[in-house]
Amino acid sequence: MLCAHWSRLRRVSSRSCCATALRSTHSSTRLSSSPERIMKTFCSVWLLLSVVELSPAQEPPLACRGAAGPAPPQPETAEDMASTGDLEPTHYPARRAAQVALHYLNTRHGSPFRVFGLQQVHKASAEDVEAGGRKYKLDFSVTDWASGSAGPALRCSADVLFPRTERHSAPDVKLRCEALQQINRTVQEEEAFYQKHIPPDSAVSARDIPDSYGNMSEEMQPFWRLARVAASFIMLRESSENTEFNMVQMASVTQQESSEEQLMLEFVVLLHDLPSQEIVQWKLLASWSPDRGVRVLQTEWQPRCPHATKPPN
Amino acid sequence: MRLYLAVFALLAAVHCEELFNGDQVLRINAESEDQIQILKKLERDVDSGLDFWTHAVSTEQPVDIRVPHSSLYAVKDFLKKNNIPFTVIINNVQERLVREREEMVRNAEMESKTKSFNFAAYHDLETIYNFMDTLANHSKLISKVKIGSTYENRSMYVLKFSTGGEKRPAIWIDAGIHAREWISHATAVWLADQIAKDFKENRAPVPSILSKMDIYLMIVANPDGYVFTHRSSNPLYRFWRKSRSATSNPKCHGVDLNRNWDAEFGGPGASDDPCAEDYRGPSAQSEIEVKNIAKFIMSHGNFKSFMTLHSYMQLLMYPYGYIGIDAPDQTELHDVATMSSKALNSWHGTVYKVGSIFHTIDQANGASVDWAYLRGIKYSFAFELRDTGKYGFLLPADQIVSTARETWFALRYIMKYVCDHPY
Repeated sequence: MLCAHWSRLRRVSSRSCCATALRSTHSSTRLSSSPERIMKTFCSVWLLLSVVELSPAQEPPLACRGAAGPAPPQPETAEDMASTGDLEPTHYPARRAAQVALHYLNTRHGSPFRVFGLQQVHKASAEDVEAGGRKYKLDFSVTDWASGSAGPALRCSADVLFPRTERHSAPDVKLRCEALQQINRTVQEEEAFYQKHIPPDSAVSARDIPDSYGNMSEEMQPFWRLARVAASFIMLRESSENTEFNMVQMASVTQQESSEEQLMLEFVVLLHDLPSQEIVQWKLLASWSPDRGVRVLQTEWQPRCPHATKPPN
Repeated sequence: MRLYLAVFALLAAVHCEELFNGDQVLRINAESEDQIQILKKLERDVDSGLDFWTHAVSTEQPVDIRVPHSSLYAVKDFLKKNNIPFTVIINNVQERLVREREEMVRNAEMESKTKSFNFAAYHDLETIYNFMDTLANHSKLISKVKIGSTYENRSMYVLKFSTGGEKRPAIWIDAGIHAREWISHATAVWLADQIAKDFKENRAPVPSILSKMDIYLMIVANPDGYVFTHRSSNPLYRFWRKSRSATSNPKCHGVDLNRNWDAEFGGPGASDDPCAEDYRGPSAQSEIEVKNIAKFIMSHGNFKSFMTLHSYMQLLMYPYGYIGIDAPDQTELHDVATMSSKALNSWHGTVYKVGSIFHTIDQANGASVDWAYLRGIKYSFAFELRDTGKYGFLLPADQIVSTARETWFALRYIMKYVCDHPY
C-alpha cells in the first residue's frame, strides 16, 4: 500500500514526501532495509490513526516524511473543514467565511459612496451543526474602500452558516459591526448623485470599468460601487466553503427607465472565484435610491465560453 | 546633471590621455617599521614622480603607488633590493582609464534611455523586450539569455545579473506565469532596473550579494498569454490566465502553467478539464514554457532560491501547495517570509499574510514552488502582489512603482538571507 510513489520520488529528493491515497492496504514486501522497514511501520501506524479522523467525503492525501523526520504533525484532511474549534485567521477557511459576511454587510450597508473590504480576520472558529451544516464564528475588521487608505477600520463579528444540502443554498449570516451607525453617512453625495441621474433624460451607459489598465473616471466610481454592492447579493447567494468571490470588473452599466423613483441600472459584472480561478459573468437589474438602498430585481448567469453549460455550484 | 559630469570627465580624460600610458599601480605590503620609514622617505621626495594613492602609515595598511612608466624598472628594483614585497594591481593605468570612460558613456546612454522609460505604466511584450535589450546592451552586469521558445514560437528570455564566476549559486525570480496578473510583469521590469541601479551606485546589499551569487530574472514567463491579454479590452482576452496551446477540446485553449510542473502532478489541486482556468495539461511539463524553465534550472544545477510573482491577494507563501503537511523547513521558511513581509510593510504600510500555499489559498498540484522545493531549492517562495480585491487584476498603473518598491524590500531581505545562509 504504502508508498506507491515512494521509489519514484525517492530519486527526486531526500526531502520528498510519500503521498498516497487511502486505497490499497497491500503491504509491499520490496522494502527490506532497516530504515525502510521503520518508515513502513511508521507510515502504517500513521495511516491507521488517520483512518479514524477522516470524513467520508474527502480522499485525504497522506504524507510520510523522509526517514529522518521528527514526530509527525496531525495529518489534515481538506484544511480545517473537518476539524472543529479554532481556525487559523490567515488560512483560507476563515477568510472565505469572512468574505461571505462582508458580502452580507455590503448588501445591507453598501451604497454608491460606500463599499466595504476585508482588512483582516482576528479570530475564527467553526463547528458542525445539526442538519449537516457548518457554522463559523468570526471576529474581523473591515475598511470602507470609498474613503481610500485613510479610512478607519470597523470591527465586526459574525456567525456564518453554510448549509450542507444536496443542492446549493445560500449561506446564512448574522452580523454585528461596532459603530456602524456612527460612520459618516454620505448623505450629501448620495443625494447629489441621485438628483443628477433620476431625471428621465439621464441615460448612463459605459463598458469595462475599470479598463485593462485599471483606469476609472471619477464619474464612474459611484456606478462601479453600486455594481459591487449589487454583485454582493449574487456573491452572497452563490458562496460556499469552496468558493471565494470578488468582483473584478463592471463589464457594463446601462441605465434603464427609472421606476417608482428608483434609479434602475442593468449591470454586467465579472466575478473572480479564487479557488477555481474562474471568471464568472452575471447580468443583473438593480434599483437604488438614498432611501431604499440597493435592491436586486433580476439576475442571470451569462455563459462566457461556448462550451459552458451551467453555472458553478 | 549626471550627463554633464560624464561629458566633463570625458573631456578631462581625453586631455589627460597622454599622461598615463604604461603607468602601473603597485601595492606595497610593508613588513617592518624600517620599511615604512623607507617608503615615507620616498614619498617626501617630490622629484621622484611617484604618485602615492595611499600613504605609508603602518604595516597594517597597504600602500598604493602609481609609478610612471619611465620609472617602473628603477622603482621595482629599489623595492626588491630593500626586500619590500609588492604586487601590481593595475597593469596599465591608461587602459583602465579608457575602459572606465567607455563605461561612463554607456551608463549615461543607458540612464537616459531608462530614465525615459515609464515604469508607472503597463507595457506590451515588444516594449518590455526592448527594455531588456537596453539593460543588457549597456551593462556588463546584465546579459539576456534565451532559454527557448513558446508554443506560438516567441522567444523566452531571462535576464542574468552576474559579476562573473562559473555557475555561481543563483537566485531565480519569475513573473507573468499567469498572463492577466499584469502587476507582476510591471514589478519585474522595475526590479530589473533597480537591481542594476543599486549595483552601479554601490547600494547594499546588492553588490555584496552579486559578489557571491547570480540573479536570474524572468520578466515574462508566459509571453503567449501576455500578448493575448493585450489583444482587446474584451474580458475574454484581458482576463486570460493560461498558456495558448491547443488542447484536446477544440473550443478551449491553454494550460495553467502553474499546475503543469512535475510536483505531485495529477492531484485534486488542479483540473483535468481543458476548459478550466486551472487545467493542468495532459501531463507534467507538457507545456513548452514549463519545460524550458525546468530544463534551464536543472541543467544549471546551482540555484539556491526560487521565487515567483503573481497577483492578487497580498500573500507571501512557501511550500507546500499540494499537501497540508508542514515542509521540513517550515519553521525557517515561515520566519524568513515573516521578516520579509515586515520589510515589505515598512515601505508603504501594505500588509501581507504569510503561510504555506496549501493553507493560505487552496490545494495546488503541479505548482512551480513545490517543484523547486522538491528538487532541493530550499528557499522557494510565491508572492501574490497587490491588492486584496478592490481592483484585483486591474490594478491602477499609479500603484506600480510603490508595489514594485515594497516588493523589492521583501526580495532584498530574502536574497540577503539566502546569501548569508549557503547550503
